[in-house]
Amino acid sequence: MTPALLAALAEARAAKQPVVLATRLPDGAQWLLPDPAQPAALNAAAAHALEEDTSGTVKLDGTDWFLHAYTPPLRLIVVGAVHIAQALVPFASEVGFAVTVVDPRRAFASDERFPNVTVRTDWPDEAMAALGPDSRTAVVTLTHDPKLDDPALDRALRSDAFYIGALGSRRTHAARLGRLAALGHDPAALARIKGPVGLDLEAVTAPEIGLSIAAELVAARRGSPLAPARPAARAA
Amino acid sequence: MTGDVEDVLAQAAAWRDAGEQVAIATVTETWGSSPRPAGSQMAVTKSGRMAGSVSGGCIEGAVADAALRTMETGAPQLLDFGVTNERAWEVGLACGGKVKVFVEPLA
Repeated sequence: MTPALLAALAEARAAKQPVVLATRLPDGAQWLLPDPAQPAALNAAAAHALEEDTSGTVKLDGTDWFLHAYTPPLRLIVVGAVHIAQALVPFASEVGFAVTVVDPRRAFASDERFPNVTVRTDWPDEAMAALGPDSRTAVVTLTHDPKLDDPALDRALRSDAFYIGALGSRRTHAARLGRLAALGHDPAALARIKGPVGLDLEAVTAPEIGLSIAAELVAARRGSPLAPARPAARAA
Repeated sequence: MTGDVEDVLAQAAAWRDAGEQVAIATVTETWGSSPRPAGSQMAVTKSGRMAGSVSGGCIEGAVADAALRTMETGAPQLLDFGVTNERAWEVGLACGGKVKVFVEPLA
């Protein structure tokens, strides 16, 4: 790899642009794709690799190519700059999520409590509209406060977020589902919300709960049988 | 932090900027119970520094040796490790998987 190509790759990744580094294995020649100057078949294979988020070797016209898919990081939006969020954020970062913490209560959402993380202090509905969760985004609400959690969950349900989780006991969750139903979400949509949030580890402490949520994010991302069942499509 | 691949490439770039000779090894294909997926990377310097991994630790030594050769010759190599390959036992791919690793100079 030439230093110039490595720099171009780093630049694309910094701009959160999905790219493929294509290596012609017999001689090591490399290109960054998509590139209209390259053959359509190669660009198509690269587009497929990005879609699947999988790197691998493909044969094109009898030649082996390694297509290395560099997709932008998965995102996690955490609503509630609470103690459990402080525990969750480092775990989630370690397993590859770019994390944004949202909490309009400035005493909670301080940089001191959340070093090296993007913290937003606008209201969750505004923050969610600005962040635009997509199919590579997970949303977790942790405030226990319907004024903050509900607007975030409402927005999350209207998005393609691949995981939605809400902290709270089963009883709290049932009440929450009732309020969201009143906002027009049908049972199929509400089934997308994992509540209580996290894998059932019998977690007690904040770090244990943070770990259980991070573990469930990995399970959802990797399609593990431990992940909550995923309804086929969003209702809205 | 966005996953280890970026860290390995950033480390490789930093080493090169510091005047080191660097090679990059990338898993290009796996079969069976290989511990690291295609795309996993390791950077190696001529002075013997290593970052990242291409297996659970079984073949890193052999890959580092190949990386030194690649740094000397400037030629990339495609390495093949697997239980069907006698050499794999020598380097101890005990997991029973098979993996191909592409080694190239950063130059």
